[in-house]
Amino acid sequence: MKLDEFFVTGEPMIYAAMVSIVVASLAILIGLTYFKKWGYLWREWLTTVDHKRIGVMYIIAALLMLFRGGVDALLMRAQLAVPENGLLDAQHYNEIFTTHGVVMILFMAMPFIIGLMNVVVPLQIGARDVAFPRLNAVSFWLFFAGAMLFNISFVIGGSPDAGWTAYFPLASLEFSPTVGNNFYSISLQIAGIGTLLTGVNFIVTILKMRAPGMKLMQMPMFTWSILITSVIIVFAFPVLTVALALMMFDRMFGGQFFTMANGGMDMLWANLFWVWGHPEVYIVILPAFGIYSEIIATFSKKNLYGYKSMVASMVVISLLSFVVWAHHFYTMGHGSMVNSVFSITTMAIAVPTGVKIFNWLFTLQKGRISFTTPMLYTLAFIPIFTIGGVTGVMLAMASADYQYHNTMFLVAHFHYVLIPGTVFAVIAGFHYWFPKVFGFRLNERLGKLAFWLITIFFNVTFLPLFFLGLNGMSRRMYTYSEGSGFGPLNMVASIGAVGLALGFVVLCYNIYWSFRYAPRENVNDPWGGGRTLEWATHSPVPEYNFARTPNVKGMDAYWHSKKENQPLFEGKIEPIHMPNNSGQPFILGVIFFFLGFFLVFSWWIPSIIAGIAVIIMLAARTFERDHGRHIPVKEIMEIEEKHGGELV
Amino acid sequence: MKKRGPLLLLFISLIMLLSGCSSKLLVLDPKGPVAKTQSSTIIFSMIIMAVVLLVVYVLYIYMLTKYRATKANEGYEPPHIEGSKWLELIWTIIPIIIVVILSVVTVRSTNAVENVPVGYEDQKPLVIYASSSDWKWHFSYPEEGIETVNYVNIPTNRPIEFRLYAFGPITSFWVPQLGGQKYAMSDMVNKLNLVAEHEGSFYGRNSNFSGKGFAHMEFEVLAQSPADYTKWVDDVKKTASKLTPEEFDKLLATPVVGRKTYSSTHLEFRPAPEGANGGHHHGGGDADAKNNTGSMDHSNMDMDGMNMDDMGSMDHSQHE
Repeated sequence: MKLDEFFVTGEPMIYAAMVSIVVASLAILIGLTYFKKWGYLWREWLTTVDHKRIGVMYIIAALLMLFRGGVDALLMRAQLAVPENGLLDAQHYNEIFTTHGVVMILFMAMPFIIGLMNVVVPLQIGARDVAFPRLNAVSFWLFFAGAMLFNISFVIGGSPDAGWTAYFPLASLEFSPTVGNNFYSISLQIAGIGTLLTGVNFIVTILKMRAPGMKLMQMPMFTWSILITSVIIVFAFPVLTVALALMMFDRMFGGQFFTMANGGMDMLWANLFWVWGHPEVYIVILPAFGIYSEIIATFSKKNLYGYKSMVASMVVISLLSFVVWAHHFYTMGHGSMVNSVFSITTMAIAVPTGVKIFNWLFTLQKGRISFTTPMLYTLAFIPIFTIGGVTGVMLAMASADYQYHNTMFLVAHFHYVLIPGTVFAVIAGFHYWFPKVFGFRLNERLGKLAFWLITIFFNVTFLPLFFLGLNGMSRRMYTYSEGSGFGPLNMVASIGAVGLALGFVVLCYNIYWSFRYAPRENVNDPWGGGRTLEWATHSPVPEYNFARTPNVKGMDAYWHSKKENQPLFEGKIEPIHMPNNSGQPFILGVIFFFLGFFLVFSWWIPSIIAGIAVIIMLAARTFERDHGRHIPVKEIMEIEEKHGGELV
Repeated sequence: MKKRGPLLLLFISLIMLLSGCSSKLLVLDPKGPVAKTQSSTIIFSMIIMAVVLLVVYVLYIYMLTKYRATKANEGYEPPHIEGSKWLELIWTIIPIIIVVILSVVTVRSTNAVENVPVGYEDQKPLVIYASSSDWKWHFSYPEEGIETVNYVNIPTNRPIEFRLYAFGPITSFWVPQLGGQKYAMSDMVNKLNLVAEHEGSFYGRNSNFSGKGFAHMEFEVLAQSPADYTKWVDDVKKTASKLTPEEFDKLLATPVVGRKTYSSTHLEFRPAPEGANGGHHHGGGDADAKNNTGSMDHSNMDMDGMNMDDMGSMDHSQHE
């Protein structure tokens, strides 16, 4: 392979990006060396197995990916702002919408949610860490390796260009001969293993690590949502693993699973992809429902309405999520019988979702609602998400879907579900739990400014797309003619995208501003209405979470212990058993990154060496004896004193 | 009340936009029975969904105005409310009823649009093969023995049976004003029944992303009176040249072409993947197909000279 094939060439924008990547990397390296932070970085972050730090790293990665995916989105909107625009050519546009989709779903939404659940779930159930802390670090570093591998495709080798759905035969070697879709299959595979391990880890954590007295039907709703999500992950991700492996065989080893010749079936890919892909949608939406449930209860100062039906509806959604996948290709021509069945199962999802919406509305009833930033996102979610929901029901009707399918109407619909659903939720959760991790709240004025910008311009961006779709505009078109009449509404959407970006800039500025100037409160329950166990311990949370294990007597344990003046923490302090840090997960991630990179370019000898290195790492772990360490009582007392306030 | 204003405005503008634009939006401006069924299904679902939205928004605004924290209710301690069996039952059962109603509408309308439209069953449909290749549409009229590229003329008030397939990536054949879309794939033929009840020129396109030239994969559907249509067919037969296999291969290999007209079809030397020519041949003997990347020949291998076994029945279009 020649060097000019190795690096992406010929695009001034990409040269600029290469330069900025090199400059930024150099700046980070020099900065770390100058401030002598290498040791700190290694000891405190790269080798950590602490669920809170892993959560923070997930969220930092997700914010970086939000920026990457957001720039993709802005370029797309810039290109579509006016008819026959020459800003991007077809190939560049195709790569950008592909990476936008992959990055936003798999490297932004998922890690943001996994980050929040890492931080919050062990605290909510009164545990000291997750069930398998080292495995948790492996999950993170595999995700990170996959994400980085996917992102370098942008400057090395070329990005995938067959859409985030990578439909065959378009994604086959025949029609996509560059290494772009190799990056897709390998990097998603690596990140996917990480996600699967997270699913296993959290099922065990939630089932086995709850504080004494906490029954399943007394768990906080967010923990419930994560339990159900983890089950979906464990059932859905193996399908992706298999599909990606078949894709890899097709593209690298002359396999014929999805090709046009030799008995390959292109639609088999579409089926496998969506058997994973539709549950994936619920993997990113159910935790959002959990986050909203926590926030709405806290800021209405009321318990969640209809707890049992909230749990039941999530279980029903998780079951239905596996029997609706064919609604992604009603137009494949599998006849009215199959389409009718899938229409009905799809519409049925509206029922449990509706139950949730009404339960949230009735949680507000007779409450005392305070409009904090996290609550504003939650309250904006209800009306906007409902638009996404009802358009989803419209899309579910097969006969009508023949007209919506593959159009901007569909694009508008899923952004109306994913942004107010998932994105608003992770931002709300970020604001809500931020003080728990850092000991201070983000600025409320800036937070609200960002909220209004994001909410208003979200609608300006995506509402016009419904009408463009009904007017015949297909998705994924890099340009359109003047005569099509698509111009004005596209211009409105592009203006909205700029406003939306501005909102995210204010959000990021708020993080920076608050780190510098926000008053350090360091109180256990900064919002004053915390109900669940995470608010019972110190902020920032000490390494061991709780000096003494809480005794749970019912739902909303912290709230009731406050109201009824019953102590949550009893007994004497004993040495705490904690896991040791380890560099192995990080090193494993680095090896996987190189393994993936070599595989992408079909460099077999280095691939085999890297593969052997992975096996050595796993074997080394097997023979390692590490029983963790105990934090002595004296040290615990010192830490508790430093945090001040009540002993927990 | 901070939040009510913008949301109400949003809702009202949504309704206004819907009612104001509907006459102009292609999907809601049908010119044939299939598209008409679909647009009335869409409008029906929109009305029901607007009612659902209204209920949610009214409740939402009520809760937010009535129960927000003010100075006046400073010491107010919200009660513990477990839930309500009856209320929860109500908002489970009413959505179920709505879903049942919509299901009935969906099943009926889906059957209607999959079959020849009501009132046209007795007529013999005009069969037109619409096949896509990177990045153009080929229309073959086997009965008339003519073929066009990137435009298709049809007679009004006669059922047209489009038979869809592809010489490459999956595409989707879509003429919004005549009816919804369906996929064109390389290994099977899909059938799409459409009727034009009005004369005129309609916008058609591929709506499934298929690579670099995808955005330009548009075609014109010209619906003519039967007399005009017959005249056009006769003209084509008289004036246009024959489509030779060499000419067709050249066409397949050219990424973007304008309009073309021929007085014979490619079906004669390269039949569509249906019947004995369709489906998947597992492990078959054509060695050339292996390791052959980077040319359009792949799809040809799939179509002709295949060792067909029982897999002929894999033609999915027959399942309808």
